[in-house]
Amino acid sequence: MTIAAETRSLMGEPDDSGRFGEFGGRFVPETLVPACQELERAFHEAWNDPVWREELASVLRDYAGRPSGLTECHRLGEQLGLRLFLKREDLNHTGSHKINNVIGQALLAKRMGKTRLVAETGAGQHGVASATAAALLGMECKVYMGAVDVERQALNVFRMRLLGAEVEAVHSGSRTLKDAVNEAMRDWVATVGDTHYCLGSVMGPHPYPFMVRQFHRVIGEEARTQFLALVGEDPDLVVACVGGGSNAIGIFSGFVDTDSRLIGVEPAGGAAVSRGAPGVVHGMRSFLMQDEYGQVEEAHSISAGLDYPGVGPEHSHLASIGRAEYPNVTDAEVIEAFQLLSRTEGIIPALEPAHAIAWVAREAAQLQGQTVLVNMSGRGDKDVGQMMDVLKDRLG
Amino acid sequence: MGLESHLRGCKESGRKILVPYITGGYPGWQDAIRACAANGADAVEIGIPFSDPVMDGPVIQRASQAALEAGTTPQSVLEEVPHLDVDIPLAVMTYFNVVHHDGPVRFANRLVAAGVTGCILPDLPLEESGEWCEAADAAGVATVMLAAPTAPDDRLPRIVDRCRGFVYSVGLLGVTGERDSLAATATALAERLLPLTELPVLVGVGVSNAEQAATACRVADGVIQGASMVRRLIESGPDEVGRYVAEVRAAIDA
Repeated sequence: MTIAAETRSLMGEPDDSGRFGEFGGRFVPETLVPACQELERAFHEAWNDPVWREELASVLRDYAGRPSGLTECHRLGEQLGLRLFLKREDLNHTGSHKINNVIGQALLAKRMGKTRLVAETGAGQHGVASATAAALLGMECKVYMGAVDVERQALNVFRMRLLGAEVEAVHSGSRTLKDAVNEAMRDWVATVGDTHYCLGSVMGPHPYPFMVRQFHRVIGEEARTQFLALVGEDPDLVVACVGGGSNAIGIFSGFVDTDSRLIGVEPAGGAAVSRGAPGVVHGMRSFLMQDEYGQVEEAHSISAGLDYPGVGPEHSHLASIGRAEYPNVTDAEVIEAFQLLSRTEGIIPALEPAHAIAWVAREAAQLQGQTVLVNMSGRGDKDVGQMMDVLKDRLG
Repeated sequence: MGLESHLRGCKESGRKILVPYITGGYPGWQDAIRACAANGADAVEIGIPFSDPVMDGPVIQRASQAALEAGTTPQSVLEEVPHLDVDIPLAVMTYFNVVHHDGPVRFANRLVAAGVTGCILPDLPLEESGEWCEAADAAGVATVMLAAPTAPDDRLPRIVDRCRGFVYSVGLLGVTGERDSLAATATALAERLLPLTELPVLVGVGVSNAEQAATACRVADGVIQGASMVRRLIESGPDEVGRYVAEVRAAIDA
């Protein structure tokens, strides 16, 4: 896509202060301002360097397995009375869309002369992807993970350690993703000379929300081409789960300038857009769940990857201009959807994209005959242990 | 009492400046501030606890979390300030969402009503500070900006220009907390800042005991001490904070 075309898009570049409309910015400790500025410059240079872009594309192709497929779900579609398609990010190396961003940031960090990555993780998918990229490129890697998540995602903790990363359990605050971000930022404040903060979603201070979106554009670009080839027109709806919102931003970017409805599905216990108010945390101004004094509230979701009280600033912007909708689903609906897709299609989804399936299943009566594209952002292997407990009475 | 006029007065008279930090709402915080004032502090920084304090290490995180769990709010801290009855200027240190949520003008007016004359927001860098600084200037609240060792030379004058009260010279790469020794960056950054401003330049973050304070004061105009104060408040209470302030005072006066 040319620069001119990007400028015309509803998802173009943020302004000079890193804002999408009134959301975004760079609210970080002074220590990190020069590092964010350096990263912004380095990203623009790399992104406009054809040689570097080819290197990125070749690693995504030959190592991560891109392009990911597009699958029509005939049995579930028939059951729901609509045509359902999945963008298969679950088939990427490491099991989710997270690898797109991590390969991009790790290659960029290496180009900047950094030798160490720090990352936060919720479900562990971004942590595993970061550990993987660090192993691939010979970098040190430290992953911060809330103590609650270390417990419920033990398998991913082991995977990260197996890949050579150090995993530190975070015991402060709500002991989930929000606190892991705090701790990763504290680490970066102390190590900014040799360390790159490999942030895992379209959030944080500028340039992260923009940069991470660019690394995930590939999802939307591939999906639109694949969908047009298969169906002959754009989908009526594009649906994705939203925690910070990186997989949703990735797929939305391919369809934002079409007539497709864009649906970002939040967990009911972490519905930043529909239940939050504009606030500032983790370097950005965006919708945020907070109390009457501006203290950030704890999110509660069955899905560790969506257990986050904020949302990426570009989602706040898309919501405020009415281009995307942000409904939410309950944990109980997600548990049903997790089983529904498994049984009808032989695809065990991660709990995160099970939110998107849950919304489609709930709203199916209003979507009869329509074409619905869901971003299957990750596979459910990591959640099987947790779901064994949840479903033991039913599936014992 | 005006933060800037008082601290400029100290600097002009050759008195090294000591600014302790105390987490508002932590049990005993009011007496700790009175003990600071009685034992030689030149101003006190009152922390308004925030749920996600990214510039703070474990000690201040722990105090903030305990204060929040005890029901502390920005208003409950500010309502207590007029009753402290101390004869040194008071500043607050908090994170920007507390201000943003209230609205900059309303928050600035709240500070003035409470008798607070300075404000430090460690996650509000220069580029984002415009709206707040305008409200604070209009209300007569001095906004202290942080300068960090990572700043290139062309950035420091712009930070210093926007600074009121004093210049907060961040002592090291890292968050608040006690260290075994004073980082070399602590005095190096203060040396870069001093020729740029007539405001007092105070070193904070990582100044952990009386000896380190004295070392920093051989270059800088003074020090801010947070974690070493709050740890004493947590472990031993307000009297121990007072005793420690006297010890640091003696060391930087020597």
